[in-house]
Amino acid sequence: MTVMTDPPKESFRLSMLIYDTRYRSITIQVVALLGFAAFFGWLIWNTSNNLAALGKEPSFRFLWEPAGYDINQRLLDYNSQSPHIRAAVIGVLNTLVIAVLGCITATIIGVLVGVLRLSKNWVISRLMGVYVETFRNVPVLLWIVLAMAIMIEIPPAPKEFRGDNATASVSLFGTVAVTNRGVYVPDPNFGSDRIGEDGTRLDEPTGWRVGLGDVDVNSSGMATYSFLGFEITPTLQFWAVIVSALIASVIVKIFGGDIARSLNGGQETTSPFRVTPGRLMLAVLLIAIIVLWSLMGMGISREVDGVSGGVFQISLDFLLVVAVLLVSLNISKRIKNRADDIQEKSGVRPTVWYIRLAVVVLPMAILLWALGLYFTYPELKGFNFKNGLHLRNSLIALWLALSLYTAAFIAEIVRSGIMAISKGQSEAANALGLSSGRTMRLIVLPQALRVIIPPMISNYLNLTKNSSLAIAVGYFDITGTLMGVTLNQTGRELETVLLGMLIYLTISLSISMAMNWYNESVKLKER
Amino acid sequence: MKKSVFLGALTVASIAAGGAFAGTLDDVKARGKLNCGVTTGLVGFAAPDANGEWEGFDVGVCRAVAAAVLGDATAVEFVPTTGKTRFTALASGEIDLLARNTTWTFSRDVDLKFEFVGVNYYDGQGFMVPTNLGVTSAKDLDGATVCIQTGTTTELNLADFFRANSISYEPVPIETNAEAQQQYLAGACDVYTTDASGLAATRATFEAPDEHVLLPEIISKEPLGPLVRHGDNEWGDVVRWTLNALITAEELGVTSANIAEMAAGSNNPEINRLLGTEGSLGEMLGLSADWGKNALEAGGNYAELFEKNIGENTPIALSRGLNAQWTDGGLLYSPPFR
Ligand SMILES: N[C@@H](CCC(=O)N[C@@H](CS)C(=O)NCC(=O)O)C(=O)O
Repeated sequence: MTVMTDPPKESFRLSMLIYDTRYRSITIQVVALLGFAAFFGWLIWNTSNNLAALGKEPSFRFLWEPAGYDINQRLLDYNSQSPHIRAAVIGVLNTLVIAVLGCITATIIGVLVGVLRLSKNWVISRLMGVYVETFRNVPVLLWIVLAMAIMIEIPPAPKEFRGDNATASVSLFGTVAVTNRGVYVPDPNFGSDRIGEDGTRLDEPTGWRVGLGDVDVNSSGMATYSFLGFEITPTLQFWAVIVSALIASVIVKIFGGDIARSLNGGQETTSPFRVTPGRLMLAVLLIAIIVLWSLMGMGISREVDGVSGGVFQISLDFLLVVAVLLVSLNISKRIKNRADDIQEKSGVRPTVWYIRLAVVVLPMAILLWALGLYFTYPELKGFNFKNGLHLRNSLIALWLALSLYTAAFIAEIVRSGIMAISKGQSEAANALGLSSGRTMRLIVLPQALRVIIPPMISNYLNLTKNSSLAIAVGYFDITGTLMGVTLNQTGRELETVLLGMLIYLTISLSISMAMNWYNESVKLKER
Repeated sequence: MKKSVFLGALTVASIAAGGAFAGTLDDVKARGKLNCGVTTGLVGFAAPDANGEWEGFDVGVCRAVAAAVLGDATAVEFVPTTGKTRFTALASGEIDLLARNTTWTFSRDVDLKFEFVGVNYYDGQGFMVPTNLGVTSAKDLDGATVCIQTGTTTELNLADFFRANSISYEPVPIETNAEAQQQYLAGACDVYTTDASGLAATRATFEAPDEHVLLPEIISKEPLGPLVRHGDNEWGDVVRWTLNALITAEELGVTSANIAEMAAGSNNPEINRLLGTEGSLGEMLGLSADWGKNALEAGGNYAELFEKNIGENTPIALSRGLNAQWTDGGLLYSPPFR
């Protein structure tokens, strides 16, 4: 028997590839792979042949030609003479704006509705049920178009705010103007020393409360290279450095444990100056910034209305505000951890909420004052409101419709997550005398989160992809710019669509990566 | 997922590119129907009437071509296209012919690989504002909100015009004329800009057309004409000479009223060649001898199409202007039928 199970090696015959179960599965996979590759190759060959015969060889050169069209909502400087690639970047930013805003509001509304739907109050739970069913069962495009129609037809036109017998007025003490072209809200600015268009100061100068200004990235120190028909412009090089620095720092953060240990001399230490993956990551980012700074001839500018020679600007004021906020939140969290510790040890929880609040609010208030924070308010000038932050009705309609629609799905996920937690949990909490609000917040929701997060990811992805319906209301996202007007004006269907797909893919993968990360941190730790 | 999307795009692209080369004339004959790309609805140029029948000036071109090729002016499948989708529809072979207020430009002709067969309306871009806005010149529009159809030449002209005059504006990009009309009437934009003919046609459908004016500036040249795919010259010839037949017929005085009589034979040899009673022009095009007669019977000659759909006695009330025959001081000038 043992002799029989050890066949001699040289007896391998070709037919064994099919008849021998040990090889068959490999054979099938290899054949399938070859077939797939051949089909794929044929598609590419056929496409490029046909395009060549049409005289339309794939090329990305058009990306560096002037776009020729204007875009209303732009987070970076852009005008009709800017290249198509910049129009694409503006589009990507607009997509990201709507995705981020939409995901936040959809989550808030979704969680609220999901919880309320389980309410013991019959009216409330039924109302929430009606909300979920109506929004889930009507296509999102209709909601978007409906929201836009409401935004256009109901609020007053700017001209109704004009004159002595104006029929509309600016609400909330003259700070918010709701018009049928969008909503104008107060716009925060830094640097009270700013000079207005007519050369006068916008605010009483205080000498030093002028803000930090913007970093002008003007790329004067860098040259353009050509590579496979691609122009590697300074902007592209900038993003290459930024993106690789981010990737490098993420890798360092994940796998940096070993590096950190060896830098610490190969042993665990508790020294406050020890190397940690987080600190390594910061170091990588700092080095990248210094490299960029020296490469690109960055300078600080305080220009009125932002138009300057730079490729783009980064607001130092804003970065500082974010940095201070992160540090204060971290400190506040440490205070909470300490309070938790004390509670564990002594059974009495010290009251720390006001300290935690102060740690966040006070430094921020001082910082904002020192940076010279001021607001501009909407004013009617000529055809439209000027100043203030203009939230166009295309943005609002899209944001509203996408959030309400996605929130209906999120509400169902939250409801099912809550119902997945065994009743014993809340009964035990009740028995301990916790109020129903606290039971929900402290006992049920944290456990439900584990069930909720994974399906939530796909809803965030859906929202992001649904945002490509933006052009229905004239919101210029990446589908509207690169895969819309640019495609149409240049006739480069294949190139623009491939590029667009790549961009959506990147955004989607980043979202799921971030969410998976979060999921990892809240999921049940099995020890 | 990445792979399947990529495959999808390639499949579409390869089918699209593949369709471009077949003999369109044979395809149309075999199909027994002409696929003609038109607007999504612009009264006077192309819009369905109360019975769902498409009618209009551009529709007239579609019907004339269908009649010339298939002998039946109703053998047309109208495909509504937006400013953005029209070129993809034509390049992919979804339509055989695009007659949709489309401006003949260098890049569309050369880079996008299309073939404009002629001009059926000489136009220019204008601005429409409500009368009570009190604006008398486009140069007064600094800071105005402007409704503009995306994917059009007018979108680019607009950017150039405001840039050249150093004034600012807020563009509201819109996909179809109907949406533009809705936004403009609701006051969500101050101005609507597009081809002047399109503005006149849009204004004619308003409840109170006289509360809106066209500003005096015409900021561009917009020669509008039918187009086909580049590289299929036989088909291009068919459409080009059908359009020329409509124009020549007006010049020679052939109308739907007298065509039966003329087709019996006249003493003008060019009329005879046009209507197929002399020579073999139809055969040269790969069509029947009476192709020209069929095309003219579909909706009459150029003048008849113009007067019926957009002329001075219609609500749109466009005068012939540049679109008069060269003999009347206009730009219409068809090469001879010889
Ligand atoms: N002639 C310009 C503009 C063409 C255009 O879009 N015209 C509008 C108004 S005149 C139109 O036909 N709209 C009909 C629709 O939205 O379907 C071009 O070729 O780009």
